Amino acid sequence: MSRENISSHQQHADHSHDSHDHKPRGISRWLFTTNHKDIGTLYLLFSLLMLFTGGILAMMIRAELFQPGLQFVDPHFFNQLTTVHGLVMVFGAVMPAFVGLANWMIPLMIGAPDMALPRMNNWSFWILPFAFTILLSTFFMEGGAPAAGWTFYAPLSTTYSSDSTAFFVFSVHLMGISSIMGAMNVIVTIFNLRAPGMTWMKLPLFVWTWLITAFLLIAVMPVLAGVVTMVLTDKYFGTSFFDAAGGGDPVMFQHIFWFFGHPEVYIMILPAFGIVSSIIPTFARKPLFGYESMVIATASIALLSFIVWAHHMFTTGMPVAAELFFMYATMLIAVPTGVKVFNWVATMWRGAMTFEVPMMFALAFIVLFTIGGLSGLMLAIVPADFQYHDTYFVVAHFHYVLVTGAVFGIISGVYYWIPKWTGVMYSEKIGQLHFWCSIISVNMLFFPMHFVGLAGMPRRIPDYALQFADMNAFISIGGFLFGLSQLIFVWMVVRCMRGKGEKATDRVWEGAQGLEWEVPSPAPYHTFQTPPQVK
Amino acid sequence: MVSNTRLVRRLIIICIAMFAFGYALVPLYDVFCEITGINGKTSNQPAVTRAAVDETRTIKVEFLANRDDAIPWSFAPEVAHISIHPGQVQVINFMVENPTDMAMVGRAVPSVSPGEAAKYFIKIECFCFTEQPLDAHERRAMPVQFYVDPKLPAHFSTITLSYRLYKNIPQLVGR
Amino acid sequence: MKHCPSSLRFVRYLLIVVFFSFAQQLFALEAKYNMTSGVTDISGQVYNLHMIIFYICCAIAAIVFGLMFWSILHHRKSKGAAPAQFHGSLKIEIIWTAIPVLILIAMAIPASKTLIAMEDTSEADLTVLITGSQWKWHYKYLEYPIEFYSLLATPREAINNQAEKTDLYLRDVDKPLVLPTGKKIRFLVTADDVIHSWWVPAFAVKKDANPGFINETWTKVDKPGIYRGQCAELCGKDHAFMPIVVDVRSPEDFDQWVAQELERQAQEKAAELARGNLTMDELMSLGQKTYETHCAACHQISGEGLPGVIPALKGSIMATTDIPAHIQIVVNGKAGTAMQAFAKQLTNSELAAVITYERNAWGNNTGELVQAADIAAVKAGE
Repeated sequence: MSRENISSHQQHADHSHDSHDHKPRGISRWLFTTNHKDIGTLYLLFSLLMLFTGGILAMMIRAELFQPGLQFVDPHFFNQLTTVHGLVMVFGAVMPAFVGLANWMIPLMIGAPDMALPRMNNWSFWILPFAFTILLSTFFMEGGAPAAGWTFYAPLSTTYSSDSTAFFVFSVHLMGISSIMGAMNVIVTIFNLRAPGMTWMKLPLFVWTWLITAFLLIAVMPVLAGVVTMVLTDKYFGTSFFDAAGGGDPVMFQHIFWFFGHPEVYIMILPAFGIVSSIIPTFARKPLFGYESMVIATASIALLSFIVWAHHMFTTGMPVAAELFFMYATMLIAVPTGVKVFNWVATMWRGAMTFEVPMMFALAFIVLFTIGGLSGLMLAIVPADFQYHDTYFVVAHFHYVLVTGAVFGIISGVYYWIPKWTGVMYSEKIGQLHFWCSIISVNMLFFPMHFVGLAGMPRRIPDYALQFADMNAFISIGGFLFGLSQLIFVWMVVRCMRGKGEKATDRVWEGAQGLEWEVPSPAPYHTFQTPPQVK
Repeated sequence: MVSNTRLVRRLIIICIAMFAFGYALVPLYDVFCEITGINGKTSNQPAVTRAAVDETRTIKVEFLANRDDAIPWSFAPEVAHISIHPGQVQVINFMVENPTDMAMVGRAVPSVSPGEAAKYFIKIECFCFTEQPLDAHERRAMPVQFYVDPKLPAHFSTITLSYRLYKNIPQLVGR
Repeated sequence: MKHCPSSLRFVRYLLIVVFFSFAQQLFALEAKYNMTSGVTDISGQVYNLHMIIFYICCAIAAIVFGLMFWSILHHRKSKGAAPAQFHGSLKIEIIWTAIPVLILIAMAIPASKTLIAMEDTSEADLTVLITGSQWKWHYKYLEYPIEFYSLLATPREAINNQAEKTDLYLRDVDKPLVLPTGKKIRFLVTADDVIHSWWVPAFAVKKDANPGFINETWTKVDKPGIYRGQCAELCGKDHAFMPIVVDVRSPEDFDQWVAQELERQAQEKAAELARGNLTMDELMSLGQKTYETHCAACHQISGEGLPGVIPALKGSIMATTDIPAHIQIVVNGKAGTAMQAFAKQLTNSELAAVITYERNAWGNNTGELVQAADIAAVKAGE
């Protein structure tokens, strides 16, 4: 395949820009920056901060669950912890990390000088710190933070919630606006700023998956905005969308929420598919197997995500016909997802593999994400779902797809591209240590959750019956170890940012293909100011 | 190629349309419920049609009444259950009493179970269609007139009609 | 079969013993860490479905991961592997799209059958109306004049690690739901305040209790016994503390229980009528007991509540000044808050006692007594 070849003339042109590579200094550089690399860095660092914020909440949850009985927190505070943990991880850690990677990599991958709408880019980032300050400040309010779960089912989140609801709704609005602006930027950039010759079917898969994700974001974030607004008006302005007393229906909340919620799940995994699809061919030194079918599979997953939402609500009392429809539709998603996994395995097949840290995380992604996918298939079976629903089995399932799926995807992307960002190789020793600590502890943390769930432990409880005690202690230990392991990741990132380590080459990886590897390492402040010619 | 501004404008239109769609889901949901019987929601309009009586079948209809804490009325059906033929029109009274010194307005919300039977449970007249004001210490019978559609699928033999009485809250949104 | 030497026979014997003791361990583990096969026909079907799908998933995982690890072991650069350059094959891709579709269809058929059986609530022998509220269950038998609340029986001290935790920690209630064996029982499920979910794993029954609407489900248990479950939908602060206990008895024992229950109700009513005014001490001791089971979960044993969530009673205006308003809120609750109407949950003497207790405990020393007659007056709207 010759799609990534650039003329050597182009490379020279690009290097010549290094000389006028001046950037503003100090805090105003970061506050007013419109540079996609700066904004990408800001997004990624913010997401790391949020990963640890949400992580600390998770550690508190696991500390309380270490033993039966109430030790550290009261049940109301426990509910605040689970709620805010979910919100911070979904909207603060995973989504901004993907936007950060998109900012850094999409222009480099498609040969664009920057994102198409740089000022909006700056704005969409700087909304986030305000949104999360508002959300986290509710912990210090009288009545505490929102406590109805990250899914905030009415009427627990309306009539029966504390006054932090108003702050929560406002912060979700801000997060939504930020995501929508980020998504618009991605779409416009991909549509309008592709280098000459970069046709649709030459786009790297990370770009494709992000394009599809961006459309999902634009389609469903406004629905989330709508549903939180209904919560707000139900609580404070006398409407009764979700209150039976006024002719509303609490189950309708769940329908509207999950109409957003299910595509949201794919928003959090599709870009990770893209990252892994870049990494596997590099380290297998072999082109990606089935590029076209990967694109089609991604698009069909995205489309199917709009007709499966009610599989989150099988126990709410649906007609059999609806249950059957949502069961079949959900099972159908396994087909394109399976195609992706098979394609990755076929890419590795008869390659010449090496196992640097990005590859290790990508391989862990494939195995563990597949486990999460298979438990998802089990959850789709309605009769069995009646037993699984709202137990730790579900908790295990979505942590497999989101932690060992999305987060591992992000981490492997960071290892893969950090030499390009900082100009130095990360320490392979530290990286491998991080990988092995993470992979062992994450399975100690989430794998036993399947069993306690099957044995009947419901989710979102601060205290449990004695038969779950030994497993929960084990899970908590896994949790603490996983939390600690991520400090190694921070150590690695800090080392690279301070320029410690071996100087990275421009191509960084022997098997790397694509425009991002044609620019120097570290990538200069301005790249591709004259578009490269893609053959 | 479309210019950046025009592309952004189109994307913003999609966003606004999807926000509106979120709200459009509210009436759509009601339509969806009526078709599929989610939550046993029934039509809140009086029916005008009649059906022929099918004497070969007997359906047991159960009546339940409960109330919200906010409205301290007593509220109970006259009978716990009856057996009727599909198509046969029946009137059942629900007895309601306001034991307090204050006049109050209540509103009953119906729910039919099993949900799939809801659309075959046809109310010709029902106190749930309107607000029910009661003076202090007033006691009244509230009638519901209904029949079971003979098209009710054969595997249903029992239908439960449940009312939950709420204190009427002023409507800001016409639902 | 050939004659085998005794040593070999011994080994074989040993292997069998080891296998069986291991299998026993496995069964014990399975009981503890797998889905229950339950005690009903439906729960057995659900369990089988779960296991079939689990094995299919294991097989898929074994094949995919097997190929992947084969590739990882053999197709590595350090072994001198030279990369092939193929990047697609329509035939293979069609095959691995089609095979999963067939597997999924094979899974969907039994799942659909079980589901349709699960949703068939017709021809029930007995109907129970289950109402969830923060944080207790209420059961009402439609065929008998019996209804009662079912509350967590675990003492607060055990939860707060001040007392020993028993085997039934968080799994026991004061009054279980009693059902007969061999009868099809229909459950109508609803809620008073927020969404709850009634779940008994042994019956494979989990149904959301939606406020204002009723859902229905059913079970038929053939084996007498005590089956436990708990609320499965986050319903606020004490979501973890609303267990479900179902006591399934033979039809004769069930009828006997019904008779006893009716008798007990009649006696209680008579006793309530016969009971005159209570003394301060009597009110305070009954009041404290009632307070700790029904009120302390929110208002706390100390009466201090939870700032911003649950108002304090200690030193509050409500509990130290206006008696009628105090009775009113306990009897009728406060709409739109976790404060429920206790009129239907407690007897008039219990209500009187708990109000007296609240007005005299924690230094609220008003010295005022509230009697059952005062409660009756408020209920009558005077």
